[in-house]
Amino acid sequence: MTQRKSNIKLFDPSLVGTAIKQAFVKLDPRMMVRNPVMFTVEIGTLVMFVVMLYQLITGDQTQGALWYNTVIFLILLITVLFANFAEALAEARGKAQAESLRKTREDTPAKKVFVLGDMYVNEVKVVPSSQLKKGDLFICEPGDIIPMDGEIVEGIATIDESAITGESAPVIRESGGDKSSVTGGTKVLSDKIKVKVTTEPGESFLDKMIALVEGASRQKTPNEIALTILLASFTLIFIIVCVTLKPFADYANTPITIAAFISLFVCLIPTTIGGLLSAIGIAGMDRALRANVIAKSGKAVETAGDVDVLLLDKTGTITIGNRKATHFYATETNDEKEFIQYSALSSLADETPEGRSIVELALSNGVNAAVQQGMQFIQFTAETRSSGVDMPDGLKIRKGAFDTIRTMVVKAGNKVHTVTEQKVKSIAANGGTPLVVSVNNEIKGVIELQDIIKPGIQERFQRLRKMGVKTVMVTGDNPLTAKYIAEKAGVDDFIAEAKPEDKMNYIRKEQASGKLVAMMGDGTNDAPALAQADVGVAMNSGTQAAKEAGNMVDLDNDPTKLIEVVEIGKQLLITRGTLTTFSIANDVAKYFAIVPALFIASIPALQALNIMGLKSPESAILSAVIFNAIIIPMLIPLALKGVAYKPIGASALLRRNLFIYGLGGIVAPFIGIKLIDLLLGLFM
Amino acid sequence: MTGEITGVILMFLIAVVLAYPLGKYIAKVFKGERTFTDLMNPVERFFYRICGINPGEGMNWKQFLKAMLTINMLWLVYAFVLLVFQDKLPLNPDGNPAQTPDLAFNTAISFLVNCDLQHYSGESGVTYLTQLFVMNFLMFVSAATGIAALIGVLNGLREKTTQNLGNFWVIFTKAITRVLLPLCIIGAVLLAINGTPASYDGKDSITTLQGDSVQVSRGPAAGMIAIKHIGTNGGGWFGANSAHPLENPNYFTNALEMIMQMIIPIAMIFALGFFLNKRKWSVVIFGVMTIGMLCLLIPTMVTEVNGNPAIAKMGISQATGAMEGKEVRFGPAASAYWSIMTTIISTGSVNSMHDSSMPVSGLMQMLGMMINAFYGGCGVGILNYLIYIIIAVFISGLMVGRTPEFMGHKVEAREVKIAALVTLLSAFLVKAFTALAAYMVARHPETGWAVQPGNWLNNPSYHGFSEMLYENTSANANNGSGFEGLGDNNIFWNVTTGFVLVLARFIPIIGPVAIIGLLAAKKFVPESPGTLKTDSWTFGMMTFAVIIVINALSFFPALALGPIAEYFSLR
Repeated sequence: MTQRKSNIKLFDPSLVGTAIKQAFVKLDPRMMVRNPVMFTVEIGTLVMFVVMLYQLITGDQTQGALWYNTVIFLILLITVLFANFAEALAEARGKAQAESLRKTREDTPAKKVFVLGDMYVNEVKVVPSSQLKKGDLFICEPGDIIPMDGEIVEGIATIDESAITGESAPVIRESGGDKSSVTGGTKVLSDKIKVKVTTEPGESFLDKMIALVEGASRQKTPNEIALTILLASFTLIFIIVCVTLKPFADYANTPITIAAFISLFVCLIPTTIGGLLSAIGIAGMDRALRANVIAKSGKAVETAGDVDVLLLDKTGTITIGNRKATHFYATETNDEKEFIQYSALSSLADETPEGRSIVELALSNGVNAAVQQGMQFIQFTAETRSSGVDMPDGLKIRKGAFDTIRTMVVKAGNKVHTVTEQKVKSIAANGGTPLVVSVNNEIKGVIELQDIIKPGIQERFQRLRKMGVKTVMVTGDNPLTAKYIAEKAGVDDFIAEAKPEDKMNYIRKEQASGKLVAMMGDGTNDAPALAQADVGVAMNSGTQAAKEAGNMVDLDNDPTKLIEVVEIGKQLLITRGTLTTFSIANDVAKYFAIVPALFIASIPALQALNIMGLKSPESAILSAVIFNAIIIPMLIPLALKGVAYKPIGASALLRRNLFIYGLGGIVAPFIGIKLIDLLLGLFM
Repeated sequence: MTGEITGVILMFLIAVVLAYPLGKYIAKVFKGERTFTDLMNPVERFFYRICGINPGEGMNWKQFLKAMLTINMLWLVYAFVLLVFQDKLPLNPDGNPAQTPDLAFNTAISFLVNCDLQHYSGESGVTYLTQLFVMNFLMFVSAATGIAALIGVLNGLREKTTQNLGNFWVIFTKAITRVLLPLCIIGAVLLAINGTPASYDGKDSITTLQGDSVQVSRGPAAGMIAIKHIGTNGGGWFGANSAHPLENPNYFTNALEMIMQMIIPIAMIFALGFFLNKRKWSVVIFGVMTIGMLCLLIPTMVTEVNGNPAIAKMGISQATGAMEGKEVRFGPAASAYWSIMTTIISTGSVNSMHDSSMPVSGLMQMLGMMINAFYGGCGVGILNYLIYIIIAVFISGLMVGRTPEFMGHKVEAREVKIAALVTLLSAFLVKAFTALAAYMVARHPETGWAVQPGNWLNNPSYHGFSEMLYENTSANANNGSGFEGLGDNNIFWNVTTGFVLVLARFIPIIGPVAIIGLLAAKKFVPESPGTLKTDSWTFGMMTFAVIIVINALSFFPALALGPIAEYFSLR
């Protein structure tokens, strides 16, 4: 795979630089208000600033020492900056990722076609790609970089897509079929194609993706909105706690400084998750991009974590590419060499992988068939449903599916041996595909083609099953073959002899029972199913229709990518949940630091609550606020990388995360605050 | 002492053993299956006919709430009018005066919302007519309202996707005819046999051992004391509530009243299991609630049985534990047990004076009311628990890598918003109104109300603060018990707690009904191995953690200034 995937380090110096700048830019209250938790911290910071100014001017000491208030002000400001930095860093990483993709396609010269009407030859002029609009036509010749995403309207070409996919082998793209789509930034290797631009400038998938990782234009996902509401309500609870503390303190004859109030408030509100929430969301999109998947919305990534059913095409996902010939079974055993000879001859002109594998297998059996003068090759057509060769000596060799050959043989008045019929059945029952070879309308034997199941795929399905995801194999094979492969690969269900509408129906059926379905597809006839599926991943090599219909595009055209996408979705949700738990659990220790500190002067008995043995009320409050600030950057790596997903069942996973982030969230600040207090003790 | 503790354990076990079949029966009644109480059918049909109710008609959550709120509003007006004019109405043999408008406002709301705060004393503040036709009546209908709200919610959870929560009128009527009335008849008869008055005679006069002549109030009390506990209301016939020798004559009636108040809240948990066919879920809920109850009960019992350290310092032996404010016939263990049960279950009847409890006990009593979901009141206990579940579901759903879902429905922004609002409300009501009271005491002690703020508190400093905090907590929990040192019959407390009561009653009912109404209308998502199972012990533990953390975060500073400070200064 390409280098691009790993070349951005977590704290890449250039990205950190941009992020630091952005952290200050984001202090703009109009941007801050999108994040209610951090917005309240910013207000608190402002209040401390005013207190500081007031003290500077009047020299009033009732609100504590000036240096102390200044320190509190600075720590609060840093807290806000840390949160902004986390968001900015996630943004910068996402953007860098997207930019590296976009760089390849910016302002490449485009050979635009100016349509002059029917009477004249169309004029071709070279223009910068940025001037191309949707619907424009351009021409690409060998060596040209394709300037924009588009669809081939004329011609066929081999194209090097390594800039996008990292795959060095060239691919064939041609007009009309399911492989008519070309991507900007890729290079034409041979032939000339005419391409129609399919997207407006600035609206390509990549542009959309970049918008998704940019804080300002980023749409919050539904789950993010719900979590923000929950966090905002926690913030409100703590506003109530802090406001009511004033009359409580009056009753208890305890003066509390503004600095103490604001410190208590900022420590209690969930700043950790509040500061990291948008970074987590952006990082999720970024992880998808890193896996070479372009998600069209944040919601799509979130939904991927919920998927219950996965529709997977057999070919390419479960089995390696194409079938291979594995055995020759001659009808009459003494004719075996002859039969292999016939099989190889009939396949000489067959350029399909199956055809080639027959010739190869014949070779390994010591049979070398060569093209002879006067051989007439018969191509496979939909009408005859068989292919073969007419030999110069008049032998007519035909190869095809059993039904086709049988019809031919019976028509000619010959009989079909029971041996053949049994062989055909047993091959199908073992997941193979039988091909029957006839010579002059007499069946000579059966070739067995077998699917090769990808190594390691069983383990992946096992993992999916533990996640609670049901896998469904979609194949054009007959039910017997399909069943055999399904069992061997360990998928939960299969759709055999699948037509495009079968996929659609299956998705509808599962959705009707409330399940979320994900599928991958590339063809135009996949488009309705891709649109119907909750998560539809279109291959980048697929048609424009497929890409428009899906909500993600896979640049690698890798059918197993769905599995990764599901894990990315789950990781995103888990990271949010665990950091929320951690953030709220932190409050327990902060209460034990601050509450005794507030009242110790008037209620000495509350010293008993100072279980950490913090040195003085001032250092206790300061330690809590400092801990609250530095925990944000300490958790940035976790927020950006995501909490690992372990497929161990929901209850076990909950116990695990509750133990690490819940219990850990309670214990960590006790240790952290105590350490900071010890450190402060050296200066105060 | 072992005997006392055995008594407590027996009281608990008997209640659970009786609650199990009762739960099964309640589930049957509301599923519409045949039960022996079908003999009430003609009575119910008669009510439906004269009220023009079509019992077959379903209601969506909005219609359901509209019916519930409308009728409650009507009862409020009715109760207020009767209380204000009670001196002019019959059945007033002791010639008691009318209630002032602010007291009547508080009393009417208080009984309507199943709280029974009682800023008056039963002997002098009400007449037999209002006792029977306001107090007794509201005790039945408020308990039935709570049960009906829960059954509506369960109806929503029972179907995969539905708009129909059932017919409020039918559920409400059945809650009275099939559940409350039969149980109360048994309870009242047992109480009357043991010496609780049940006559319409006025005060009696007796001569005490010291030779003084004392007037003793009486009246048709047994019936009211039965529904007071069965319906988790808690409002006493007499001012001293179940510490009064006629309201709670002996250890047997004490156990009986205890069991009566526990039986419906616990039965509703089992009913939930039978109703939804989720037996395991109800066991987990019962388990979590019982663990919570024990966390509150054990420290209380220990501290009460061990006696007051301040008295111990004076060298006085306290062989029977901390006896201040307690009845000798019950002892500290049974009193401690009652004080915790009555606060977690939202009854609010008392058999000892909570104001005299040890600081740890006061802390636990307040915590019980703040949480208000360990068993909780008739029907509403589980509704409160449901709110905690929604928040737990949301956070833990994320932690297992799925967008959160509850009982096969996705929990989204709207539901979270409602759950957050309900959670927020109790923190707001308790703290804001306590803060207001603290402000009045600290800054305006001379305000010219019936009782001046400076004279509100019977105790100084921390305990005085606890008295105010307790009053608002009790009002917010619709509990009704009090730290009775507080001078609460004046316009400030009558009006503020009145508002706390009405908000804290109806918003936590509207919230869960709306959440379930919204959820039930959504697409049903079947369970998969990746789904978080809400009936697992792991999730029960998570819910418990959410309950503790939310309440600790909301109330820790206030509790630190009240009972916690008191505890540490007493040590």
